[in-house]
Amino acid sequence: MSHAHVSNTKRIWTVFGLLSIVTIIEVVLGIIKPEILHNNSLLGLNLLNWIFIILTGVKAYYIVYAFMHMEGEKSALRHAVIWPLIFLVAYLLFILLIEGNYVFGVFKNSTIKWNF
Amino acid sequence: MSTVTTANSGEKVWGGGDNQPLGADYGKLMMWFFILSDALTFSGFLAAYGFSRFKFIETWPLADEVFTHVPFMHGSPQPMLYVAFMTFVLIFSSVTMVLAVDAGHQMKKDKVVLYLFLTIIGGLIFVGSQAWEWKNFIKGEYGAVETKGGSLLQFVDTEGHRVALADFAATLPEDREQLSRNKGKWFMEEATLPAYSVAEVQAGFKAHPNILVRTEHIDANKKKTVLSRSESELRLKDASLVVEGANLTRNEYGSKLFADFFFFITGFHGFHVFSGVVINIIIFFNVLLGTYEKRKSYEMVEKVGLYWHFVDLVWVFVFTVFYLV
Repeated sequence: MSHAHVSNTKRIWTVFGLLSIVTIIEVVLGIIKPEILHNNSLLGLNLLNWIFIILTGVKAYYIVYAFMHMEGEKSALRHAVIWPLIFLVAYLLFILLIEGNYVFGVFKNSTIKWNF
Repeated sequence: MSTVTTANSGEKVWGGGDNQPLGADYGKLMMWFFILSDALTFSGFLAAYGFSRFKFIETWPLADEVFTHVPFMHGSPQPMLYVAFMTFVLIFSSVTMVLAVDAGHQMKKDKVVLYLFLTIIGGLIFVGSQAWEWKNFIKGEYGAVETKGGSLLQFVDTEGHRVALADFAATLPEDREQLSRNKGKWFMEEATLPAYSVAEVQAGFKAHPNILVRTEHIDANKKKTVLSRSESELRLKDASLVVEGANLTRNEYGSKLFADFFFFITGFHGFHVFSGVVINIIIFFNVLLGTYEKRKSYEMVEKVGLYWHFVDLVWVFVFTVFYLV
């Protein structure tokens, strides 16, 4: 195998610290829900949710690259696993969320009451 | 460094190529691609949740009102705390797993045993916590009323605090009989009767002038709309069902799909954790028996570790989608 088997314990604990800090930030923001973030939106999503999604991405990166040791794999394997996932998830979210939003508009503007 | 497929490495490769073009063993490679496909499955579920949520964006339940239970802290709602604890348990079990893999690389059997054991314990705590969370979700706390039109009415006092049905519903001298199979003419039965009938809730509402109805609708301040007393009376006339707790048909939290997605996605994830624990236990005994010591490679721990980290990875997303966003 390409990567040498030196002990990585220091890096493991660093990453654990990072993941903990990110989780604590998420939880604190989730409890407080600062109004300035919660009530201002960017591209149809409020700022608080943007923060949550970005922090989730950061956590996912560290779990995959450090814990699953993706950073030690060959780049061919890395790309073969990660790009299909990113592309398909982004595509799926794009079509489904836009469609969901459209259906919402249809219900809201329709002449038939559906929830009363 | 490969485990079981070493017999003919270096031989019979087409065109003089490499036996391991991606630098990883067959087993590890397959684990990666299994994880890729499983990740896409979960993405499908979460995207479907997103679709339904966008579809009912104005009436979706607010998560920090639903998941508020913490053990030994009954009666004081604490949003997020318990689920944050669960997240930490899973992250920490991921850490012990990666430490086990690390110890395996150095062929330190005792350390692998210790860390794998801790990983299993963490997994069990997580699955237990999830069972407890499900129990609270299914049991419900306040109860609600469903109207003929299918929308859900909850009850609050004048300050906006939630009020449980038990706090105000009247007790009327009426007989309600559970329809069960043995009383039905044909295969007839009904869901367990709620503690109060619609008439009892309506009578109790009349007797308590300080109780108001809260609808599912989310207003501009991202709070649920509270109706005035006269509007509340009007809406409550349309009540058709008393809803307590949650099942796959309806739930007291709001949109019917909310409980369905909660059960399905956290259930599917919990099932993954459970299988992860079972696989970890098998590997744990293999380590104890010295299987990998004889094989001179602990790569199996690494492969199982990949699966375990994946379970943690999925939880990171489930946590965000269900509890934060």
